[in-house]
Amino acid sequence: MSQFAINLIFVGASFALYFGIAIWARAGSTKEFYVAGGGVHPVANGMATAADWMSAASFISMAGLLSAGYVNSSFLMGWTGGYVLLAMLLAPYLRKFGKFTVPDFIGDRFYSRGARLVAVICLIVASVTYVIGQMAGAGVAFARFLEVSNTAGIWIAAGVVFFYAVFGGMKGITYTQVAQYVVLIVAYTIPAVFISLQLTGNPLPMFGMFGDYTAEGAANAVPLLEKLDLVVRDLGFRDYTADVDNKLNMLLFTLSLMIGTAGLPHVIIRFFTVPKVADARWSAGWALIFIALLYLTAPAVGSMARLNLIKTVYPAGVEQDALLYADRPEWVKTWEETGLVKYEDKNADGRIQMYNDKAGSAEADAFAATAEARGWNGNELVVNNDILVLANPEIAQLPGWVIGLIAAGGIAAALSTAAGLLLAISSAISHDLIKTMINPNISEKGELTAARISMGVAILVATYLGLNPPGFAAQTVALAFGIAGASIFPALMMGIFSKRVNNKGAVAGMVAGLTATLVYIFTFLGWFFIPGTATLANTPDNWILGISPLSFGAIGAMINFAVAFAVSYMTDEPPVEIQELVESVRYPKGAGAAVDH
Amino acid sequence: MADDKSKAAHYWSTNLRLIMGSLVVWAFVSYGCGILFRPLLSGIAVGGADLGFWFAQQGAILTFIVIIFFYAWRMNKLDKEMGLEE
Repeated sequence: MSQFAINLIFVGASFALYFGIAIWARAGSTKEFYVAGGGVHPVANGMATAADWMSAASFISMAGLLSAGYVNSSFLMGWTGGYVLLAMLLAPYLRKFGKFTVPDFIGDRFYSRGARLVAVICLIVASVTYVIGQMAGAGVAFARFLEVSNTAGIWIAAGVVFFYAVFGGMKGITYTQVAQYVVLIVAYTIPAVFISLQLTGNPLPMFGMFGDYTAEGAANAVPLLEKLDLVVRDLGFRDYTADVDNKLNMLLFTLSLMIGTAGLPHVIIRFFTVPKVADARWSAGWALIFIALLYLTAPAVGSMARLNLIKTVYPAGVEQDALLYADRPEWVKTWEETGLVKYEDKNADGRIQMYNDKAGSAEADAFAATAEARGWNGNELVVNNDILVLANPEIAQLPGWVIGLIAAGGIAAALSTAAGLLLAISSAISHDLIKTMINPNISEKGELTAARISMGVAILVATYLGLNPPGFAAQTVALAFGIAGASIFPALMMGIFSKRVNNKGAVAGMVAGLTATLVYIFTFLGWFFIPGTATLANTPDNWILGISPLSFGAIGAMINFAVAFAVSYMTDEPPVEIQELVESVRYPKGAGAAVDH
Repeated sequence: MADDKSKAAHYWSTNLRLIMGSLVVWAFVSYGCGILFRPLLSGIAVGGADLGFWFAQQGAILTFIVIIFFYAWRMNKLDKEMGLEE
């Protein structure tokens, strides 16, 4: 059977499963549409949260990021540490509050239409920027594995999401996400186990990574990471495990990712779907276990794939001649067609020299003389890190069905996150804008219809943006985390842990935190990301105290807290009924079912 | 009513203490062991790397899971003790 047919069977079977679930889990009321009826088991919600959270970026790009070495550990700690904050600082109290959306809480707690509107805008901007990447990621996965055009791939993805999100709402999305989690985690771990076995003899990648590299015989066994340090050093790269110099920036970047994770609305609303406050606490723990299964494996995939790649290019060792281009393996040819692997024979010797030739880095400068002595004329192989996971089974020569599984897994990761984001967007529009701010007299049925129409429109907008991605798609992820961390997270936390912060303080804090973060990001990445409009070049020398624009969300959050408290203490206390509302969210008793309203 | 009030205050202050303690551990394993103290821990080898590297890529995440389950268990127990469970 051809690889194409195998891929088609795996992807087709997973779609059939999603459609089946969608038909079974139709939403009949707004409560089912927004919070899946509030009756989701905490373990099931944990799984759905994990699929909701782990996007195309986690599935496809994470291992590639980690293959750069220790420096990108921030992503691992940041994207998991946020769940500790969620479990203790937000999820149980927001579940007790018992309404449907994040702006619902901000609007009620700060008794202000302005606060609600700011929250809705932040939510929509953060979620829309995030969803562009998901649609584009699904398009890439379809194009590579199902041999359709990128455009057709995005339309297929949109059609599938439309089917189960518009009809099933949160209920359909929840149970599809549970299935998608299973598909994506199986797809991620199986190739990782095989590769770990090949390189280290240990079936558990997280242990294999810290075990001995045994692929060259037990007599030559050395610790895998030591081996990796050695071969990358011999090619002029920085040691894989090398420490970073700018610890302040790494710390702030990790902190920004953590509070951004805790403040992303599509994750928070997942905790509205469990029956009780106690379940919300358990559910956060289950979510992190399911997420950790992938995130503990990812560093092993990254390090082993990098070692495998170097071994492919230098089959006799890095001191010996590189591979002849004519002898390149099949997977290099496949990926060359997509443009994600590029070869240029700069010294015209027919071999593939891959090394660090980036002038300016200390390691590359020190290596330049060695490279010249070996007759090398620049790095000849450029590999896009995003292919590491997708090409992993081919690099390790695994059977065809594993590749089919990866195809289904990558698509599941993109679709599940897209659906969660689209629900957050559509519920903010139909519930917060239409029902609460524009037409409070709308009937239950009318609101449900409005929710479905908003969902349909949101999918069309996301599809359009996926087809015509703005040139700044990559930078916008920083924007999404910056907005969530600097505006939504502090507002929610102060709403729960302070009775003194009032409407004026909250609005001033959100606007100040958001503005400071946006100005800092735009200064270095271009105003509204328009190329060429950056005020200062995006280099570490220009950053204030060495803080990169991606790390600024944490500073934005601190500004938010400071301004909110200062303004609140200069103005009136919140009314008594608001202070009672704060009291009531702190105690679990009487949370009951999500309040219909 | 006064009794209810002091009970509620006790519940909330216990919760805050628990959160503070958990956050200290949370920060210690990630920002501490994983980032700032890594040079101090470089003498302790963990399979080809050092303890700080292991914390940054594995240990911190494993500790996070323990923190959340400990917090959930402790708070859910407190809810029951104080008659606040649903």
